[in-house]
Amino acid sequence: MMDACGIDSPEALFAHLPEAARLSRPLELPAGISEYEIVEYFRQRAAENANGYASFLGAGVYNHFRPVLVDAVASRGEFLTSYTPYQAEISQGTLTAIFEFQTMICQLTGMDVANASMYDGSTAVPEAVMMAARLTGKGRALIARSVHPEYRETLRTYAKHQGMSVEEFGYSPEAGTIDLEDLDRKMDDLTAAVIVQSPNFFGIVDQVKAAGEIAHRRGALLILIFTEAVSLGILEPPAEPDIVAGELQSFAISPSYGGPFAGIIATREKYVRQMPGRLVGQTTDSRGNRAFCLTLSTREQHIRRERATSNICTNQALIALMATVFMTVYGKEGLRELAGQNLAKAHYLAGRLKPRFDGKFFNEFVVRLEGRTPEQANKALLKKKIIGGLPLGRFYPELADCMLLCATEMSRRADMDALPEVLS
Amino acid sequence: MITKVRNHLSQNEALLFERSSPGKKAYQLPDLDVPPVDAAAALGAENVRTGIQDFPEVSEVEAIRHFTRLSTWNYAIDHGMYPLGSCTMKYNPRVNELVARTEGLAWAHPYQPEALAQGCMEVMARLEGILAEITGMDAVTLQPSAGAHGELTGILLIRALLEKRGDPRKKILVPDSAHGTNPATAAIAGYAVENVKSTAAGLLDVSALERIVNRDVAALMVTNPNTLGVFEENIVRAAEILHAKGAMLYMDGANMNALVGIARPGDFGVDVLHLNLHKTFSTPHGGGGPGAGPVAVKKALEPFLPVPRLKRSGKKWAWDYKRKHSIGRVRAFYGNFGVLVRALAYILAHGGPGLRNATVDAVLNANYIRKRLEPYYDLPYSSPSMHEVVFSDARQAANGVRTGDIAKRLIDYGFHPYTVSFPMIVHGALMIEPTETEGTSELDAFIDAMISIAKEVELDPQFVKDAPYSTRTSRVDEVTAARKPVLRWKRP
Repeated sequence: MMDACGIDSPEALFAHLPEAARLSRPLELPAGISEYEIVEYFRQRAAENANGYASFLGAGVYNHFRPVLVDAVASRGEFLTSYTPYQAEISQGTLTAIFEFQTMICQLTGMDVANASMYDGSTAVPEAVMMAARLTGKGRALIARSVHPEYRETLRTYAKHQGMSVEEFGYSPEAGTIDLEDLDRKMDDLTAAVIVQSPNFFGIVDQVKAAGEIAHRRGALLILIFTEAVSLGILEPPAEPDIVAGELQSFAISPSYGGPFAGIIATREKYVRQMPGRLVGQTTDSRGNRAFCLTLSTREQHIRRERATSNICTNQALIALMATVFMTVYGKEGLRELAGQNLAKAHYLAGRLKPRFDGKFFNEFVVRLEGRTPEQANKALLKKKIIGGLPLGRFYPELADCMLLCATEMSRRADMDALPEVLS
Repeated sequence: MITKVRNHLSQNEALLFERSSPGKKAYQLPDLDVPPVDAAAALGAENVRTGIQDFPEVSEVEAIRHFTRLSTWNYAIDHGMYPLGSCTMKYNPRVNELVARTEGLAWAHPYQPEALAQGCMEVMARLEGILAEITGMDAVTLQPSAGAHGELTGILLIRALLEKRGDPRKKILVPDSAHGTNPATAAIAGYAVENVKSTAAGLLDVSALERIVNRDVAALMVTNPNTLGVFEENIVRAAEILHAKGAMLYMDGANMNALVGIARPGDFGVDVLHLNLHKTFSTPHGGGGPGAGPVAVKKALEPFLPVPRLKRSGKKWAWDYKRKHSIGRVRAFYGNFGVLVRALAYILAHGGPGLRNATVDAVLNANYIRKRLEPYYDLPYSSPSMHEVVFSDARQAANGVRTGDIAKRLIDYGFHPYTVSFPMIVHGALMIEPTETEGTSELDAFIDAMISIAKEVELDPQFVKDAPYSTRTSRVDEVTAARKPVLRWKRP
């Protein structure tokens, strides 16, 4: 090979680099290690984390069973090691699976069209808001405090340099749902979007219909967020939202210390050309066979560059594939039954404690502690090898005496029975 | 002689919804150990859905067969060379997949107590340190989820620093050879974009740069090596020009596979860059993602990094949220941890010397392809190639055959196409990046295929234009797909 290149040594390939730019020493990194040592390294790191604990954490990342089929499919080299399906003729596997994914997301959310995923639920929010800004020509967003705090933070980072102002409206201290009067007061004709989450961060089914009416009356779009996708198995998708943005981690995506996950944006047909992210469409080949391809690419960065709907390039194809297999395994009845189990587990636990809010909840709820702080309660629970709920003081100073608890189909009765003694 | 074509599994495959039938199931749930709850009572009757209309119901065996058949219609790195330029389609090591699934890592919840997350935090801290050494930078954030996300983070960091100095400035300079995410990112960060033309040699025009850099310019976004696969020989001078006017140099690290162990961006004047772990560091593309786009910065930008940051607290790691100059979060939680694990596994496997060897092999492979294809394809720029080579279709265009056609014909020879029509400064570009993964037998098979196609273009151009012939579908009608979009299945 070097002969073909006309060189004596591979170092000649770098001779043209300016001296000032070259690294004149080896990288200060240890030598490579064997496969067995790599596995051992990560086994040791894993041992330094929680192992064998029951967990009641939710708050945007949920513990759900992962059907075995998910990794069986996602580990196939043809899916794992393939690239973005730009060459449709040799990517029909990925394209067909994404088309099925897009369809199922529409069926679950009641929307007309869904994209092939965003990085995650948190970044789907600013993408949805920017989409609403383009559609309405307005520059203000009103977001509920009952939306996941880190999602709100992410929106602020993006909005700051888009000339978008972001304001928050509150929640009712009794029900835990949005404060409609506060929303109404803050609403104006310059608002592009009203953003609510349901079930909200407190786990409560929120007043989406009412929020939609307020938004639409003043020419704003309604963006609905979800973080717990399993809730879609049992909750009727509201008709009011113009854009749905959410997180699919619950659909067989390992919690994995916060990522990689997969977000989605779904919307009405009339808004599709302002949608960010990849879209797969159905078409035919020259012989009339059904085929799929990436489409409406003129929205995207590789065509439109600075006038693109987003800068996004990567989607979360492999993660979306895992979610697709999950949705296929559970199917129409299974998702409902799964959601029903979540409802039962959480309501059993809540029945032994006293929820802080009286709003209707799915699989998460807030409890107020008396006599000890949430942090102290969690310390006591750790001794029983239980990770308790999320103390809310870090996000809601007014709820510093509260924690957010989640129970799913994975929660065991014996562990749930251990909580009241510590938490009430 | 075509060496890689065989008959291929191909069926008319129904979509899940078309093979669905009521009552089929593929799931099992344990029995409830608590009493069931009436959904209407718990959630309010108006909130309970009657069903998920047209959601599929199939059996487990139907599910596994469906997805297995779908997978056979994909081309993947596991099949053979994937010469997409700037995508760095190297082998995705399977040990990465195993370690990412280690239970204590895969099931870690981002909010679990820090004392019970030390393993995750150590992995992240170790990777931050290694990436800083590789790039010659002072601090690294692992929060961004992909390259474009890293670009946005990087530009926001620049903006924050300039704002603190009193003036965020108005525009970002982007070479005309840049990847589309660069200008798209600048726009999202609230900057106007000004294009900088390349020289006749396809390089950054530093005299032009000197003329246009003023106090309105926040930064230049550069890719090095550039999208022609050529090292920007004037990069140090470019950095000086920018710094003299208080502007910054952002580097798109998509082409780091040409630099690891050879040259470090921090040493040649870069202030901030992003890396693509799904390119240089072997994490799998998975059909289009996930990725991870860490951002590495010089000390001056460190205070502005996304929050939280890892800090050492006694003998333990802790998350530091008290960063008052931070640009904020660019996403929830800490980053694509599962992707970070895979990248660290790759780095541990190679080690320092191994990473450098990979770079050398990647550049040697690209130069071998260049030398052997030069007699057949037009080389628009004579500058030395690093890890990728860009040809143009000028010779074949004389017969009415374009780069896109050649790419489709390459599929019949058993290869995935190279990158077509990018960068835009080359008319009819063929961008080829073999990576270090490929040995001579695969490279020779690719080269032989490309030579064979060049000959076919001379003898029978229409034959090439009507390719591919051996795929599950013939060329798909992308025009109708865009004009009359059908983006979901509907019950007929």
